Parts: sequence; C-alpha cells; structure tokens
Amino acid sequence: MTHHSTSASRRTFLKASAVGGGLLLSFRLAPLGSAEANTPDAAINAFIRISPDNIVTIAAKNPEIGQGIKTSLPMIIADELDVDWKNVRVEMANFDPDRFGVQSAGGSTSIPRNWDMLRRVGAAGRQMLVATAAKTLRVPESELTTNSGVVTHAASGRAVTYGQIASAAAKMPVPDLKAVALKDPKDFKVIGHSAKDVDGPKIVTGQPLYGIDVAVPGMLYATFEKCPVWRGEVARANLDDVRTMPGVRNAFVVKGTIPEGEMTLSGGISGGVAIVADTWYQALAARRKLRVEWTTGPHASQSSKGYAAQAAALAKQKPVMSIRKDGDVEAAFKGAAKIVEASYSYPFLAHACMEPMNSTARFQDGKMEVWSPTQNPGNGRALIAKTMGIAEKDITINMVRAGGGFGRRSSADPIIEAAWIAREAGAPVKVLWTREDDIRHDCYRPGGFHTFKAGIDAQGKLIALTDHFVSFGNDGKYAPLANMGASVFPADFVPNLEFGASLIPLGTPTGPLRAPGSNALAFVFQSFLDEVAHASGQDPLAFHLNLLAERRVQAAAPQGQPGAPTPPSFNFERMRAAVHLVAEKAGWGKRTLPAGTALGLAYYFSHQGYVAHVAEVTAAKKGENGIGQVKVNKIWVAADVGAHIVNPSGAINQVQGATLDGIGNLLAQEITIANGGVVEGNFDTFPLLRMNQAPPVEVHFIKSGNNPTGLGEPALPPTLPAVANAIFAATGVRVRDVPLNKVSKGGAAV
Amino acid sequence: MAFTLTVNGTSHTVDVDEATPLLWVLRDVLDLKGSKYGCGSGLCGACTVHVNGVAVRSCVTPIASVGDSKVTTIEAIGATEIGKKVQDAWIELDVAQCGYCQAGQIMSATKLLEQTPKPTDADIDAHMTGNICRCATYNRIRAAIKLASGQPVVKEA
Ligand code: FES
Ligand code: FES
Repeated sequence: MTHHSTSASRRTFLKASAVGGGLLLSFRLAPLGSAEANTPDAAINAFIRISPDNIVTIAAKNPEIGQGIKTSLPMIIADELDVDWKNVRVEMANFDPDRFGVQSAGGSTSIPRNWDMLRRVGAAGRQMLVATAAKTLRVPESELTTNSGVVTHAASGRAVTYGQIASAAAKMPVPDLKAVALKDPKDFKVIGHSAKDVDGPKIVTGQPLYGIDVAVPGMLYATFEKCPVWRGEVARANLDDVRTMPGVRNAFVVKGTIPEGEMTLSGGISGGVAIVADTWYQALAARRKLRVEWTTGPHASQSSKGYAAQAAALAKQKPVMSIRKDGDVEAAFKGAAKIVEASYSYPFLAHACMEPMNSTARFQDGKMEVWSPTQNPGNGRALIAKTMGIAEKDITINMVRAGGGFGRRSSADPIIEAAWIAREAGAPVKVLWTREDDIRHDCYRPGGFHTFKAGIDAQGKLIALTDHFVSFGNDGKYAPLANMGASVFPADFVPNLEFGASLIPLGTPTGPLRAPGSNALAFVFQSFLDEVAHASGQDPLAFHLNLLAERRVQAAAPQGQPGAPTPPSFNFERMRAAVHLVAEKAGWGKRTLPAGTALGLAYYFSHQGYVAHVAEVTAAKKGENGIGQVKVNKIWVAADVGAHIVNPSGAINQVQGATLDGIGNLLAQEITIANGGVVEGNFDTFPLLRMNQAPPVEVHFIKSGNNPTGLGEPALPPTLPAVANAIFAATGVRVRDVPLNKVSKGGAAV
Repeated sequence: MAFTLTVNGTSHTVDVDEATPLLWVLRDVLDLKGSKYGCGSGLCGACTVHVNGVAVRSCVTPIASVGDSKVTTIEAIGATEIGKKVQDAWIELDVAQCGYCQAGQIMSATKLLEQTPKPTDADIDAHMTGNICRCATYNRIRAAIKLASGQPVVKEA
C-alpha cells in the first residue's frame, strides 16, 4: 500500500472560475492527506479515492434527506471518471465548503448546481490517471483509452487498472477544470441508468444511519420544552421537582436569544427548559412533571380565526402593495364578454419529517462538534458562532442522513439547541424532539388568501386577470416564504393583469416547505384557470394549449415590493409539450369514464422543472355544495427536467413521492393557530397520507435538450389543482378552500 | 426495575422504569437503533417489532408488558425466510427515499406475508395503512410486497 504524497505540489489548491456555462467553481480540489483520511487508498482529489484493488470511493458532498443525492451526485463523478458503478463505494463528505463547494439541500438545486462541476471533477481524475498511464506505459496519452477503471493501450495490447497507478496519479498536477475533456453524453454509462440507493442495505436491515441513531461516548439525552408561543420565555418552572426524577442529570432554563422581529428558526435559541438525563425516555418522563409558567408577548392573541377575519376585511379593500401591472384591467373587464370571480384559501402546513428534529453535540476544549441530520450545515455553524461566540473554525458539523427534510432541516434550531445544551450540561448531548415538539415548533408553510377576477372575450380568450393576494407579514414585509413573485403564471400570457398584496401581521415563524410558494400558488392559479376554462365553454385542455400558445406581454414588469425570484425564462413550449404528453398518456377526452369519475388537468413551472399532471378521481356530491368520499384513482405525470435523468429509479421515486405528498396536503392537513400556539400535535390531528389513500402515479420524462435540473420539488405543485379540478369535473363542486375537509360547508366528509 | 427479555434470540436483563416503552429499551439500552421513533403514540408504525409473532408498536408497549416474550426486530428479521424475501424485494425495487419509515414497513409487510402469502391490493391497504411513509413511497412498497410474495410486478426503471 502506498501513501500518497502530501508534498507542496499536492497541496496546491485549485481554484477554477468561470468554466463552460459560466459556473463558478469556487472550491479547492485538493484531497485530504491519506493520514487525515485515515486510509491507504490513493486520493486523486477531494472527491475520489482509489484502492489498489480498484475500488473507487467517491465523496457525496450534499446532505441526504431522502432526495437520493448521496447516490446521484457520485454517479455523475463515476461516469466521467469512467469506472463501473458496481466498483464505487460512496462516503458522506465532511462539511468543508472550501473543499467541496456549496453543501446544502434545498430548492432542487443540487443537480443543476453540481452537474457541470462534478462532471469536471470526475473528468479531471480520469485525466490524471491517463497521464500517469502514459508515463508508465511510455506511450502518448492520445493512444490511450479508458473503460471500467482500466486504461488500455490498444496498439500494444497493454493495460493498467486505475488501482495499479492510483498512487502515482495522486502525485500528478491537478488539471485545469475548465479545460478537462468531458464525455459525449451518448457515451454515459452510469448517468441515465438506474442505481439503487447506496444506503439501501443499511436501511432494510436497520443499521444505525440517521441523526437519531448517532452515539457519542458519554452521551446524555435531552428534551427541550419551548413556549407554545413564538419568542415566549420561562417565567417560572418547577425545576426542583424535575431534578429529582430518575436518571435526570440536569434541568435548567434557557433564556432565548432570538431577536425581536425575527421570523425564521435560524436567528437564535428559543427560551425554554432543558432536561438532561441518562436516557431520552427518562428525560421525557421527567418532562411530564414539568410545570412552566410562560411570559408571552403580543403574539399570544393570534389565531387562525383572527387571520380569517382580517383576510376577509382586507380582501374587500384595494391591495396595499402592487406586485405587477400590465395593460388596463378595468377597461378590459368592461369590454369582456364574461367575468369570473372567486376566492381561494389554503392553510399553514407543518413539515412533519418522519424523523423528528434532533441533533447531537459535544463541546470540548473550546471546540464544538455537532452531528445533525441537516439540510444546511453552514446555517447551523453560523448560528452557533453567532449565538455562542465560538469561532467558525472551532465548529465541526457532521452531516448525517436525515429521515426527510422538505425544507424543515434548512433551519438551524435543532443544532443550536444541541450545542447550547451540551455546553451547559458539560457532556455530549443528543437533543431529540417529540413529535408534538416537531409539529408545534416548525417554520410553517404560510397560509394565504386569493381573490381573483377574470375577463374572457367573445372568442373565449382570457383577456384580463386580477389577484388580490392576502398574505402574512409585518411592517410591510412578507413573512419568510409568504411572498408572491411577479411572474406567476399566467403573468406574461394575459395582456391585462394586476397582482397586488395585503399583509396580515404574523407571530409564527414561516419557512420553506417542498416547492415553497409554488405548492400554494399552483393550487389557486391552476384551479382558477380551470374555472375560467369552463366558463369560456372550452375543454380545459384546449383552453390551456391556447393559453400556452403565445407570450402576450414581453417582459415581466415587477413593481412594488420584490417578490420571489423571477423564474429564469419560463419556456412555454416546454410546458406545452408536458401538457400534451400527460393528456395523451391519461387518455384525455378519449376514454369513457363512469358517472362520478372524471379527469382534472394542471401544470406548473417551478424550480426550473416543467411538470403537468392529470388526476382521475371518483367523487360524489354531498348536500348543497359539499363533496362526499373522494378517491384518487390514478395520477399521470409528464415532467421535463432537462436532457438527462441522472438516476431514473430515484427520479421516478421523487416524482411519485412529491405527487402523493400533494394529495396529503390536499386531503386534511392544516395547522391551526389558537392563543398564539399550534393546536395540532401528532399524526391524529395532522394526518399524513396513508397506503389506502395513495393511488398509482405513472411518470413520464421528456428529455429536452436542456441542462438537467432538480426533481425533489417540481412534481408537487400541480397535484393539488389536478385533483381539485377532477373533483369539479366529477361533481360540479369547486374546491376553493383546502384542505378538502373544509369544502364540507355543504356537509362533506373525506 | 429489572426486566429480562429475549430480543432476537438473546436474553437481556435491563434495569429501567416499568413504564419505559419497549422502543426505548431497544434503542437506548440495548443499542438496537433499527426500530424508529416517529410519533410515540401508535400512529405511524415506524417502531413496529414482533412480540411473540405479533406485530406491535413498540413505542406504546411498556417493558413491563413484554415479560419473557420473544421480541424480533428489524436487525434480525432477515434471518427468517419471509423477512429476507421482503428485505430483498425492498432493495430490488429501490423502495426507500429517506428510508426512515422502512424498518417499520418491512416489519409490517413481513407479518402480512406470514399471514397472507399472496396479498391482494385490498389486503395490502388493510394491513399497511398503519405505517406512514412521509416520503410516500407507497407505490413501491405495494410493488415490493407483491414481488416478495412471488406475484408479478412491472419494474418502472
Ligand atoms: S413511533 Fe410507534 S407508532 Fe409511531
Ligand atoms: S422513506 Fe421517508 S418516510 Fe418512508
């Protein structure tokens, strides 16, 4: 076994910039020294190690939260390195953005951000191996080919394995990433071929893998009771009673550090009572004896009922803020052949990751080490530094596989709690939340209210549209993720259009939930457009293909407060193609369906993905305006996320999961605020979708000639309106308020 | 209090409060981390284990009620013929997303196949509805159960 050199040349960090597509490669490709990495393998670069027997270890740089990135990112490297996937072992990277670039999971960004970069990382490794083989075999590099981890000189019939020359290759200069030769995509052998999740064997045999499974020598367990109301503080607590409970090592009050006005979970630590015990169950049992008197601020008077009343009042007035204005809506309404008006609403939602929030921390000799199932380790490190006065260089964050993320684990609250409590307890501590903690102390998907008006001309064309969006926020600023962009479809496709917003003051943190913004906006816009389609006397498919036929306003003209980032150049032809395909696959207009069964269509562009859904639903009308039992029989999906699906198996799984997630949102999920706190607490009151409610989801990808984009999110948004539109087609009842069990103003049950 | 229980064929004596749920004895005392905590209230199935051949939610099973029953967890279910078939089918169809619920799903699915060797869709609905998958891998869970039971399955990718 050879140790690779740690000479100065190997320590020359590569900093490439502005490669091919203008991407910035702001990371160093230098490997860890073998001593640091604690392995005899040769480290070709930060991502790649090769053993003498040709086993390739590839670092997975981004957090794995169930989106499959720990499998798919290494696949990209393996393909360009030209090794067989079966000889690849994957290892979670350290959190070290200097070495690995951006390391976070969110916004379906991992694939688009890393596609080009990781191809180059793999190709650079291959180039070093080829150069080494040329030296070893004394032939020009141009006469060498690679395949399956072997470099071959065809002319002389000689070959060397990567493993044989890896330690020599590790000493070669690191090539310029901008200049490395990439494969012709038609030669991909790993990308585009289904690979199984690299952690699959551990998952099915129950090996320790998740944040909740982390064990550190001498570790204690903690539970942390926070005020039901945001930024509330402990006034009094019966700590002495708690301390006498079996196994309890420590119980103490934490004074909150979250600044006033902060509405995210990454601004400080909440006030509360920490109980540290030998086992988590002992901490929990002691917590049942805990009695806390809280000091709550003004937020304690907030309630969902109050929000609804304020929304109703605001909706009657003109929007306070303008989001966008095109043409002259008033004139267009006057000249319209038909006017359609409707109001929609959707609730706050929790993330409810299957693995409740947790983190483990150890504070020793002034250094903090954390193990966390996090989506954003950098956020956690920054919050520890800010809140606890520890320098970032003295903070290590270990990324551990997460039992779901959905945006929740971008927040740093479990990390700061573990770090704080571990330092205070003087021992390594795992902080684990109960399910109730998890549901009641979330950063929620904000609820919202929309009042629409549309004008249709005599030819059935949508000529005018207004939306008054009543959202949440304080001091004229949207609450986190409660904004609406100026380019929400059909903006640009309707000549006269106005979007405006008014805000209800909010005392509950909000944040990103899978397909943030889009998960709600798709429901209201695609449902209302379905109303317009029906009012225009057209089949919804024909109406939408018409609407998607031409851009009628050239450039988005955002006004007022900036909304969500404008989606990069919505390409309506890609959207049309997805709508076409899904309609064809679902047999739209071609199948005779039994009475009470109907199809609904919806589509949405989000996270750079173009996704269209058709839902087949069986539903019955109940009473005057309600619906009875709803059964979603099947959903068809057509998605265009670019030319390459890195891992088809994982991609289909994501699309099915996101689609079914949308059904879960639609059926019965709702977070209710009362007295400033969250009412729901567990899966009985915040129900997740179950097996008997999950229809088959048939997935089709359109491989358009575009760079690949992410898939964790864009398949969710069209689900709700597709199902709601199908319910309308089946029953004549329009779902304007979700969850569905609210439609029962006429007495419905779901 | 001391309790003696048999887990995966090995006898253990643990000293815990009698109300301690089996789940926390398995996870934090016996260091078997495979059974997962999802809700603590019998609502999600993530903590499913077999006690004397019956699938139970270990989060709501006090240790005092376990007595000298035989407990089988995800760590040892692969030693049974059906358990192994189920695990293999889960891998073959790449069922997991985050994977957190899957230990419980596999324990429930194994029990289903022990009782109903060729389950129909309705059998699967009835038996598996207590196991939540937040990632909603339900299409693949259903297919994997059928694959493990020798019924035809169309592979998607
Ligand atoms: S953790 Fe036991 S049923 Fe949910
Ligand atoms: S795979 Fe994530 S909860 Fe089931």
